[in-house]
Amino acid sequence: MIGEPLIVFDRVSAGYRGPVVGPASFSVRAGEVVGLTGANGSGKSTLLGALTGRAQLYGGEIVRRPGLRVAFQRQEPLGVRGVPLRAGELLAAAGAAADVPSALRGLLDQRADALSGGQLQLLQVWAALGAEANLVVLDEPTNNMDPQGVRALAGVLKAPPPDRGIVLVTHDHSLLAEVCSRTVEVVRWA
Amino acid sequence: MGLSALVDPIFRIPFAVGFLLAAAVPPIGCYIRLRDEWLAALALAQMAAAGALAGSLLGVPPPVGAFGVAAVAAVFKGRLARAGNDLYAFGISAGWAAVLLIAANVAHGDEITHGLTDGQLYFASWGHLAGAVVLAVAAAVVLAAASERLLVARLMPERYTANRKPVWPLNVVFDLLVAGSVAVTTTAIGVVATFTLVFVPASLAFHVASGWRRAILMSAALGAGSYLPAFAGAILLDQPFGPMFVGVLVAAAGLAATARRLFGHRPA
Repeated sequence: MIGEPLIVFDRVSAGYRGPVVGPASFSVRAGEVVGLTGANGSGKSTLLGALTGRAQLYGGEIVRRPGLRVAFQRQEPLGVRGVPLRAGELLAAAGAAADVPSALRGLLDQRADALSGGQLQLLQVWAALGAEANLVVLDEPTNNMDPQGVRALAGVLKAPPPDRGIVLVTHDHSLLAEVCSRTVEVVRWA
Repeated sequence: MGLSALVDPIFRIPFAVGFLLAAAVPPIGCYIRLRDEWLAALALAQMAAAGALAGSLLGVPPPVGAFGVAAVAAVFKGRLARAGNDLYAFGISAGWAAVLLIAANVAHGDEITHGLTDGQLYFASWGHLAGAVVLAVAAAVVLAAASERLLVARLMPERYTANRKPVWPLNVVFDLLVAGSVAVTTTAIGVVATFTLVFVPASLAFHVASGWRRAILMSAALGAGSYLPAFAGAILLDQPFGPMFVGVLVAAAGLAATARRLFGHRPA
């Protein structure tokens, strides 16, 4: 874990009609898995939303390393319902068709909207993890996942590529403890 | 008319125009449906019809006038942060009103309006054929190059926003492709037939196809496959092409959906 950070959140406050979270400060370096923790409604997803533009930045700044490539797994399920898209086609579009985990290989020819909630979640998470990205952001990746899926995810997160950093938001404290280099407490804006 | 009418040379250009459009437009319709913009296609068709009529006032070829207005409307729609069915409904209403008001004040306005309503494919000219060829080539090139980006922009928009990559160039290119396809098709087969060609094959493909590539191929096959009996039937029965094509498309989609329901839900 050396070199400049991939991304720095410097006293970031974020929200929608007004600030709801922050100020929060943390950075992520290559090789790190940084966990964001906090109570329900503390604004963890909103903080990440400031990165995608989904939430507005009300204070502070987000500094990116030049050339940073971000892959983002959002908390809401993919909107694939009614879309004739195979799981394999979705991964190909996301640039994540290589080295697909064994749990997904048998599902690649199925329509994504025919998958179970847990299978779709696994697909959504891999669409981010399998992409060519220096920074991967995972917002509640274990939603709907069975214990086997969570173990498989933990296995991938424990050994990220040396040139990649990961931001992880989850309520699964055992996963946080198992894979995170460190955690950052997110508090609601006051 | 007898069967010999089907091979009459005067129908060759119209046949070619219609066949190219029937195969090229449905795949575009799949991407329009992916983006939840299928009602926009009807609004653009109405606007294109108004543009064709307005163009005739100014001595501009109808397809050019149609594309001009449809392109402006499409780009305007794309630049709005929250375009939706409300906006499209306004476009449908405004386009319809413009068509009838212009027609009421233009020489031969009634005839042109009749053509835009009924879809008088049999009057298609070399200009229409050139437009159909350009459209088919543009659709093949643009969709092949942009397909995955269009899928990602719709299903994983954060891939763009988190990387601060602008998505508006992709949207402009696609919106102009839609405007062009709607404009050329409207001036050839009429407003409602254009909307039906955009909507129905894609709708069936979305329900039945097992994957995206198959959906694209299925939609093109349904469009072209419906076109052949519609073209022949309209000539042989001396009926307007537009309504005939709409009827065949809707019937074909209904048959396919019924067959799927009767013989199992295994996706194609």
